[in-house]
Amino acid sequence: MRRRLTPYLMILPAGLWLAVFFVVPLVLMASLSLQEGNLVDGFRQTFHWQNYTDGLSTYGDKFTRSLWYGLLATLACVAIAYPVAYWIAFKAGDRKSTYLFLLLLPFFVSFVLRTVSWKFVLADNGILLGTLKDWGLLPDDFHVLQTSFAVVAGLAYNFLPFMVLPIYVALERIDFRVVEAAQDLYAGRLQAFVRVVLPLSLPGVFAGVIMTFVPISADYVNAAVLGGPGNTMIGNVIQTEYFNNSNYPTASALSFTLMAILLVGIFLYARVLGTRDVLEAAGR
Amino acid sequence: MSRHPLSDDPAFLRGLTTRRDALRLFGAAGAGLALAACGVEGQGGKDKVTQSDVQKFWAGKTKNGTLNWANWPGYMEDDRATIKAFTKATGIRVDYKEVIQENAEWFGKIEAPLRAGQSIDFDLMVMSNGIQLEKTRQLGYLAPLDHSKLPNFAKHAGPSYKNPSYDPNNAFTIPYTSGITGIAYNTKYVDEEITSVQDLWNPRYKGKIGMMGDSQELGNFGMFAIGVDPEKSTPADWKKAAAKLREQQGLVRKYYTQDYADAISKGDVWLTMAWSGDVYSLGLDDVKFVVPKEGGTLWTDNMCIPKTAANPVDAITLMDWLYDPRNNATLTEFINYITPVPATQQIVRDDAAKAKGDERAELERLASSPLVYPSAADLARLRRYRTLTQAEETEYQKIFTPIAQGS
Repeated sequence: MRRRLTPYLMILPAGLWLAVFFVVPLVLMASLSLQEGNLVDGFRQTFHWQNYTDGLSTYGDKFTRSLWYGLLATLACVAIAYPVAYWIAFKAGDRKSTYLFLLLLPFFVSFVLRTVSWKFVLADNGILLGTLKDWGLLPDDFHVLQTSFAVVAGLAYNFLPFMVLPIYVALERIDFRVVEAAQDLYAGRLQAFVRVVLPLSLPGVFAGVIMTFVPISADYVNAAVLGGPGNTMIGNVIQTEYFNNSNYPTASALSFTLMAILLVGIFLYARVLGTRDVLEAAGR
Repeated sequence: MSRHPLSDDPAFLRGLTTRRDALRLFGAAGAGLALAACGVEGQGGKDKVTQSDVQKFWAGKTKNGTLNWANWPGYMEDDRATIKAFTKATGIRVDYKEVIQENAEWFGKIEAPLRAGQSIDFDLMVMSNGIQLEKTRQLGYLAPLDHSKLPNFAKHAGPSYKNPSYDPNNAFTIPYTSGITGIAYNTKYVDEEITSVQDLWNPRYKGKIGMMGDSQELGNFGMFAIGVDPEKSTPADWKKAAAKLREQQGLVRKYYTQDYADAISKGDVWLTMAWSGDVYSLGLDDVKFVVPKEGGTLWTDNMCIPKTAANPVDAITLMDWLYDPRNNATLTEFINYITPVPATQQIVRDDAAKAKGDERAELERLASSPLVYPSAADLARLRRYRTLTQAEETEYQKIFTPIAQGS
């Protein structure tokens, strides 16, 4: 009897923690998303589903934009992170820790500060664009700030380590002898990579995509700092509705919509890529 | 695994990834719980003050010799001369922070702690007349002012700064300074004279136009553009103004908070909605400020004490000290906004007479500047913010908020 209870007792602290700080607020927010009213007169529960339909009809394009930016930035992260992780895992020799540390070093500076410093570098007549314009390499009205490119690039930059590290961990675990075995069986370098290394590292990519795509799609800092009115993401809308307008019901409804979209997206993604393999690989 | 304990430890990796998210989650959880506790009930109707409320708040409160002050950037000399003079005169040490960038954002930060009756770590804050100050007042988040502690205010404040419509009898606030929202433009890039709000709709300046994101500031300019006085506007006017502002969206580079000043000085935008004193303070020959012929808005930033302040006596001492014309003149000479103390104009003139060279020219410019000491005719052209009831505000926000979000 005692033995059967042990596992439950062991997860009790974590379970309580999640219940108090995750489930309870979530339930409260769900209730809030169906309320009506204002801060001064109070909010009343009226099961006002219109909060959801209004939110979607007013800000539908912000949802699509957020997912689109999330996708682009995540792809950029994979493209940049994979070679880096590969190189550190297989070619860096004794200096792996040093390179990982160097990779993480910029991220010891505050997230917002790093993003703001991009603004200085990319200003229309700043050190980069100003110089190129002076040399006549760019037209005078060329700008990077307040474009989709600036926002997606900022997002990819800010979330890059969350892609590099899981891929690195997956690659690092690969016993290099399996690659040698593939080569012994007359696989070329490319074939050995495609048929041996890549499949073994997919769990890392899978984890990396989840760890970047979800926070990127919900991010609001990059769009606020680097973007313009044409680059607003859903996170900015939620932030404004919640903190600036104290319109808690609308903000909650938008948050739940976003959460639902992301959950469905991740579910589909996991089905396509196969979570079972991923979990198995992660369990090794 | 033990070869690289730090880099391989998943807890370490995860710690780096989610600390920010965790903090955000706690914040949301806290706000959620606070709302559950009193979200159903309204907090309104606490804006009426009786003498006994005042006595109750101030009873037993004493000077503590320290003061935490939240203010906007550009509202104090760079060397904090005014604060130093205050500390010297009263012995009260001031911790001055430029933490307010936008009223709505500031209100979002202080709302939850004040609702819970907790300290916001500030004893004095400066908020503009408008939606958020109105809410703060109605929700009972402000300390009622004891006017027996404000003799200088009674003596030296200009008549138009006493008993304002947004705070009858100055029950909770007294003005810090006033300013005008108009248009700033950079003559390096704009070769015509800007005179009208319509210039902000000129396709010639596509991508180089800045607007303010604050829904009241933005809405006001939309209304000027369709020839409506914001103070007397109706919900039907708001919808028309919103439609007009939507026509402009493709031309606007960004809807700014305080950072437009940076953008116009760097050339990221060529013309933008702007606050008078900011442009004056930029001190750039290329950047000019105009009050459009359709009108500009006149706003007042007000000093007020949050009800949870730890050092309210020190705060009210400072509020009154600033109404001594000599003290106020020093501040006005730097911040270049419209001072609520008319007697400072003579002091600035006297200072100018005593000064030499550049400084003299600068002070003379200030003493005669219509942006700092506007004439009665100027004031007549300026419009005030419309005071919105709760129901109106909800509608107003619904109409104007999506515009700055690009919707």
